Amino acid sequence: MQAETSHPTVPNLIHTNKPSRLALKWKEMKKSKHHYLLMSPYMLIFFTFTVIPVVFSLILSFTYFNMLEFPRFVGLQNYSRLLLDDDVFMIALKNTLLFALITGPISYIACFLFAWIINELSPKVRAFMTLVFYAPSIAGNVFFIWLIVFSGDRYGYLNGFLMKYGFKLEPTLWLTTEKYILPIIIIVQLWLSLGTSFLAFIAGLQTIDKSLVEAGAMDGIKNRWQELWYITLPSMRPQLMFGAVMQITASFAVADVSIALAGFPSVNYAGHTIVTHLIDYGTIRFEMGYASAIATVLFLMMIGANMLTQKLLRRVGE
Amino acid sequence: MTLGVKMLSGFRLSRKLNRSFTVSFLLFLLLAVFGCFMALPLIFAVNNAFKPLDELFIFPPRMFVNNPTADNFYDLLALMGNSWVPLSRYIANTLFITVVGTVGHILLASAAAYPLAKYRFPGSKTLFNIVVLSLMFSVAVTSIPNYMVMSWLGWINTHASIIVPSLAFSLGLFLMKQFMEQIPDALLEAAKIDGADEYRIYWTIVMPNVKPAWLTLMILQFPILWGSDGGNFIYSENLKTLHYALGQITQGGIARAGVGAAVALMLMIVPITLFIISQSSVIQTMATSGMKE
Repeated sequence: MQAETSHPTVPNLIHTNKPSRLALKWKEMKKSKHHYLLMSPYMLIFFTFTVIPVVFSLILSFTYFNMLEFPRFVGLQNYSRLLLDDDVFMIALKNTLLFALITGPISYIACFLFAWIINELSPKVRAFMTLVFYAPSIAGNVFFIWLIVFSGDRYGYLNGFLMKYGFKLEPTLWLTTEKYILPIIIIVQLWLSLGTSFLAFIAGLQTIDKSLVEAGAMDGIKNRWQELWYITLPSMRPQLMFGAVMQITASFAVADVSIALAGFPSVNYAGHTIVTHLIDYGTIRFEMGYASAIATVLFLMMIGANMLTQKLLRRVGE
Repeated sequence: MTLGVKMLSGFRLSRKLNRSFTVSFLLFLLLAVFGCFMALPLIFAVNNAFKPLDELFIFPPRMFVNNPTADNFYDLLALMGNSWVPLSRYIANTLFITVVGTVGHILLASAAAYPLAKYRFPGSKTLFNIVVLSLMFSVAVTSIPNYMVMSWLGWINTHASIIVPSLAFSLGLFLMKQFMEQIPDALLEAAKIDGADEYRIYWTIVMPNVKPAWLTLMILQFPILWGSDGGNFIYSENLKTLHYALGQITQGGIARAGVGAAVALMLMIVPITLFIISQSSVIQTMATSGMKE
């Protein structure tokens, strides 16, 4: 209703204002030319290697392209082949969703839970425990130590341990037996997952306003669990949202661990993920159009999961 | 054991609302169990590097080394001394990529973060939103077009292909911008009145004030580059990295187990040491990492 009543004056406004508004913007841009200049090196690289590739990948996903011939437009053919004809992609999709649904939430909760417990320790012990939990995620690619733990001969730690105490008589080929591959990758992925969000949560917990906690006690908060839900979590909401983005993105991108432990390709594709499928088509078969379709599906899944989680997290503490 | 007692007494008991002792104990137990789960593989890695060959292949396997020896490191030097590309070359390549990539990232990200954190100008909001959106997908998504861009630029088989994309790592800009928002405007105004231009303000006022954020960007960027194996971009043996060499050594199988463990120790010790040094600055920066709704 309101829009209709004010309608008659609008055309006039646009006519008189449009050029001057543009000019105003131009003036503003000129005034902040130093700011653009400061940002330009970063933005140039960022756009070349992150923003434009996403758009480019989307366009390529509708073509057949092998790096030698000029890309040929094939419409939705890549997508129909990917979603209807590619059995291996279905395995990859199932594994990726399993990783995302298991390691995503568990690692997120673990990041928070351990940050919460560690936060109550004295500063020195807190620093030590932070190091213990964070170290795996920055220790280079030392997850290869798990190769020794799960080694298929009896010198592997797990086999050796189980055989020493008589749980087993013969060593198990952990990394080449189909049913063990997925759980092992999940364990190692969890081991690596207390990264940036864990630090963000520790930092967030340390900056919570103490007076809020006291006010909460006055208002009838009875135990630590209520305090957690009504005071701690809501005051950490920005960190919680940041942490969620980090964990979700990582949990959809499992590939290195799978390749290092289970090999590439893994036995019967038991450890195959969307990213390893992408590597297969992008760097081995050079079917760039098809690989771009895989990348686009992965992109949409990651963005979708992130948006959904952000929506859910807005409800924390309500 | 003494550490355990210390930790238990570390729980602050003076808080208004206390958990019952049982719950505290259970939480402590949880922390201890998972702490071991996190720490043990790293402890294995350290121990393995000092095990003599007969201890590496003992049944049942032992976690801790009995007769520590530096043989693995000597073997490593002997092995790599004989090979076509000496070990020092791999180390130099890794150091070059890591140092240039990390320092460059801190400089570029902070230069871009300063205007975004402190000023409103046409496009500033959109640009920052794009950066936040890019946190929501991983680099795998852009790997195909990136390969083509590299080949058009002629950067395949150069260190630039690893270094340059890492300079514009979006997490660094995000964290730097959030941290810079804390700098009081009065400080910048005062500098402006004294006649400093934007570049001078950035370099002499803003940068010294965000030292904790430098260290944070370093701790996030360093392990990525340090652990880089050259990906699909580097083919010449004399340009390859230490992590790639580790892969080659462990391909040697059983005979190279000791040497592999020695290289792994070299690879993991550097980032962990850096984190120990910078921990408190990192936590300080992370306090501002939150995403606004």
